[in-house]
Amino acid sequence: MFVPCDRGGGSAAPGFEGFTLLMPAVSVGNVGQLAIDLVISTLDMTKVGYFYTDCLVPMVGNNPYATAEENSTELSINAEVYSLPSKKLVVLQIRSPFIKNKYRPFCETLLSWVKSSKCTRVVLLSSSHAYQRDDEQLLGTPLRYLLTPDLEKVVGGRMKELNWKEMEKVAAYPGINDADKVLHIPGGGITKLLFTESCSEGIQMAVLLKFCSEGDNIPDAFVLVNYLNEWLQLIRSEVNPSSLWKIPSSWRLLFGSGLPPALF
Amino acid sequence: FFFFFGEVVVAPSFFFFYEEEEAREETLFFFLIRREIEKKREVDVLWSWQEGSAAEPLVCSRFIVAIGRNAAAFLSSFILDSVCWEVVGAVKLWNEWCRTSSATNVLPTDSFCLFYRLISDPTVLLCQCSCYVAEDQQFQWLEKVFGSMQKKGLQVTILSTCPVADYKTQESTLTLVSPFLKALKTKEFQEQVCCPLLEQPNIVRDLPAA
Repeated sequence: MFVPCDRGGGSAAPGFEGFTLLMPAVSVGNVGQLAIDLVISTLDMTKVGYFYTDCLVPMVGNNPYATAEENSTELSINAEVYSLPSKKLVVLQIRSPFIKNKYRPFCETLLSWVKSSKCTRVVLLSSSHAYQRDDEQLLGTPLRYLLTPDLEKVVGGRMKELNWKEMEKVAAYPGINDADKVLHIPGGGITKLLFTESCSEGIQMAVLLKFCSEGDNIPDAFVLVNYLNEWLQLIRSEVNPSSLWKIPSSWRLLFGSGLPPALF
Repeated sequence: FFFFFGEVVVAPSFFFFYEEEEAREETLFFFLIRREIEKKREVDVLWSWQEGSAAEPLVCSRFIVAIGRNAAAFLSSFILDSVCWEVVGAVKLWNEWCRTSSATNVLPTDSFCLFYRLISDPTVLLCQCSCYVAEDQQFQWLEKVFGSMQKKGLQVTILSTCPVADYKTQESTLTLVSPFLKALKTKEFQEQVCCPLLEQPNIVRDLPAA
C-alpha cells in the first residue's frame, strides 16, 4: 500500500517507528482534511510517499502546498504521506472520497500498515453532523474526543487535565430501550469503523472530532486544528494560535471561479 | 426493521447511513448480491494475440490514451486511419452508464474502448476510450491494461477534456478564451510540454487521474 518517494541518493525508505500518525477521516465538511492541510502547510512537511490504493477515487493535480514557481509542479495524488522526524510526526492526507464498499478494505490495510511501520499511535481528525446533536450536545463545546483502551491508559489523564469532552454514546434503539448504548458518528465517514477496528486490534488511537455542517468549513478546520494543538503542541500556542497556521495556496477559489462583471 | 403485529415500526434512519457500511456487509444476503454485482462490473481486457490465458507482455514505447468522446474523436479525426493503424485490443465492461463490447467496427456514437497499434512501429500503442469507466472500475482498468505491458522506457500521453465551467480561476470563466490546453506531467517527463501546466486548485479525476 505505502510507496515511498524516490528521494535518490540511495536513501533508505523512511522509518516511522515511534511516530504518531495523524490522518483525516473524509467526513462532513471535509474538516479533518482541511485541518490536515493546515498542519502540512504550516510545518512545511516533506512528502515521503503515497498510498497506492483502489479504495479512493483517483485524482491528481499540482502541488497544493506550493509557495513559489519552483515548487509548484510536483504532482500530488489522492493519498499521500508527509513526515516531520523532529516531531516524530507522520501525516497521511486523503484528498478524494471513498469508493463504495471500500471502507473496510481500506481500514484493514491502513491498520496493518500502522502495525508494520511501528507507529506508536494514530490520531484521526474527523467531524460529525451538527444537526444530529441531542439537546445536551447543543450546549457547550462542539469538540469531542475518543480514545481506544490502549491509548486511554497512556493519555486518559491528559484529556482530563485539558477538560476535554468524550464523545457520548447514544441509545441503540431510542425510544424503545435506552439501556444499550452504541457509538454513533453520523457523517463521520470511516471514523467509527477505524475506531472500533483499532479497539479490537489493540492500536493506540485517538479521534478528535467537531460537530459541524457543510458550508464554509475553514473556521471549523481552524477550531479542530487548534484543539489538536492543545494536546500535541505542534505549534506554539501562547499567542493567538489561529494566526500561526499557514493556509495552503490550494485553498484559493474554494467556492469557484470569479464572477462575470456583467452579472451586476 | 422491527415488525410488531399490526404495527410496522421503521428503524431510525441512522441504521441506513451510507457511511455505516459494516451493518450491511455482515449479512450473507448482501454479501452475495455484492459479489454478483462485482462480477458484472468486472473489466475485461482482450488482446488480439491472446489465445490462451497468459500472454507475453506487450513491448510498448509510447502509449497514447484518449479518454472521453472528445479526445476519442480527436484521434479519429486526425490520427487514426485503417492504413497505418490496426486494432489490437478492446476493453469489455458494463456499468450504469454504458456497455462496451469487443466489436471493432464502431460508430462514433457508440461506447467503446479500443486499442490500436502503429503498423510501422508496433511498440506505439493508442487507446480510444469513449465509454465512461466508473469509479470502482478505474483501478481495475488501469491494472489490467498496464499489466499487459512491459513498461520499461514507456512514455504515456493521456488526452482528455473537461468543461470550462469546472475550471477554477480568479476571473470569470465566461470571459476565458476557450478551448484551451493545460497539462500535468510527472517529473520523469523531461520533454517540452506544449502548453501551460494546470494550476492549483484545479485537479483531474477519474480515469485520466488513475
